[in-house]
Amino acid sequence: MSCETLSDKLSGYLDRELDQRAAGEVEAHLRQCITCSARLEGERRLRAAVQAHLTPLRAPEWLRNDVRTMLRAQLKRSRRRQTWLPAWAATAAALLLGAVGGWRLGIWQVSQGDGSDVVAEVVAGHVRSLQGAHLTDIASSEHHTVKPWFAGKLDFSPPVPDFSTEGFPRIGGRLDYVGEKQVAALVYGRRQHVINLFVWPSRDWSALPAAASRRGYHVEHGAAGGMTYWAISDLNESDLSHFAHLVATDLSGTAVQPYACSPISTRVVPLDPPAIPST
Amino acid sequence: MDPSALARFEETVLPHLDAAYTLARHLLRNEHDAEDVVQDAYLRAFRHFDGYRGGDMRAWLLTIVRRTCYSWVRQHAADARATEFDETVHEDSRTGNDPEAEMLRGALLEALDQAIERLPVEFREVVILRDVQGSSYAEIAEVVGIPVGTVMSRLSRARQRLQRALPVEDYWRS
Repeated sequence: MSCETLSDKLSGYLDRELDQRAAGEVEAHLRQCITCSARLEGERRLRAAVQAHLTPLRAPEWLRNDVRTMLRAQLKRSRRRQTWLPAWAATAAALLLGAVGGWRLGIWQVSQGDGSDVVAEVVAGHVRSLQGAHLTDIASSEHHTVKPWFAGKLDFSPPVPDFSTEGFPRIGGRLDYVGEKQVAALVYGRRQHVINLFVWPSRDWSALPAAASRRGYHVEHGAAGGMTYWAISDLNESDLSHFAHLVATDLSGTAVQPYACSPISTRVVPLDPPAIPST
Repeated sequence: MDPSALARFEETVLPHLDAAYTLARHLLRNEHDAEDVVQDAYLRAFRHFDGYRGGDMRAWLLTIVRRTCYSWVRQHAADARATEFDETVHEDSRTGNDPEAEMLRGALLEALDQAIERLPVEFREVVILRDVQGSSYAEIAEVVGIPVGTVMSRLSRARQRLQRALPVEDYWRS
């Protein structure tokens, strides 16, 4: 292989995009050509500098909301021409409600809450945890320190799942309140984002995660294995939804299927949250 | 377009909003233009959603974002030259306490910015897709509409151009 030919393959080699044979040819050439080796090193450093300097960006939250609004407006425009659709939509909503079984669901806009519901409590808890120096009472990624720490502080033993291999390292835990009820707050990280996972016991509840958004935070909620959980973060929706499914799976001990119709579920929150057992 | 299409669209396409925004922002180098273009691209994507026939959803979306960026640039060619320098795209997130090293690094990063800015757009887009978005060569090939071999040679040449355009390259040895 000539230096000229190699020059066009250098990036492919560096990015591990060459097949084994081509990579072998490049390596054979590099072993005997000091000029190309230096070039590879230069390219490696340049790539590192570019990657460190230009980072992936996060779209502003309002843009996400605007895109959603725009899509709905677009849908509405096209639906005006199709009068049979409302009936169809009603059927779909009925099916959705039927599909989630034991849940008592109501579809309402969660953008403007009155502050009296669980979503508001969860949001408030999350914001509180980030404002003060009280994110965790027990800071650890060690299962063996977090779980025993809750013993004696709560009247239940919260699950403390480990999702570090899934990219959600555990930061720690603390006691918190949702409504009047003392709950376990588990704190996880995802890149620079913090996720609060509130957990408390629930009776005869079994459901798939549902999502909501408020004040720029995404909230995922569900119940499994005798526990109800609320996950909240400023993390993007898809990552948080992934996290919620991990939680649901861990709690129930079985795989939980995602909503067949999850975008509708983004507007669904339970009207009747689980009764919080009094201590 | 029926409501289930919106549901599927939000489930599959909306999660790639950050990737769409990143590409638009780096191609257009202006925050407000990127926001407009992303909205426009999503509207186009939604309208053509029926035509989506499987495959990599992110690549499909980025293809639309890229095209929307370029048609936007063509439409706004006159005032595009006057776009303000987008500070936040080039934020240096690293901090340090060594003023001399900081100065050298600052000089390097400035040179890097200029070098990337001066790259012909066909080189710039492959660098952004690869090194900022982390796209595979196959994904880049789909988004840009060129063979994988061309992606590779273009990327090699883009990186060589960047190296030549930079001052003493030893600055970033660490």
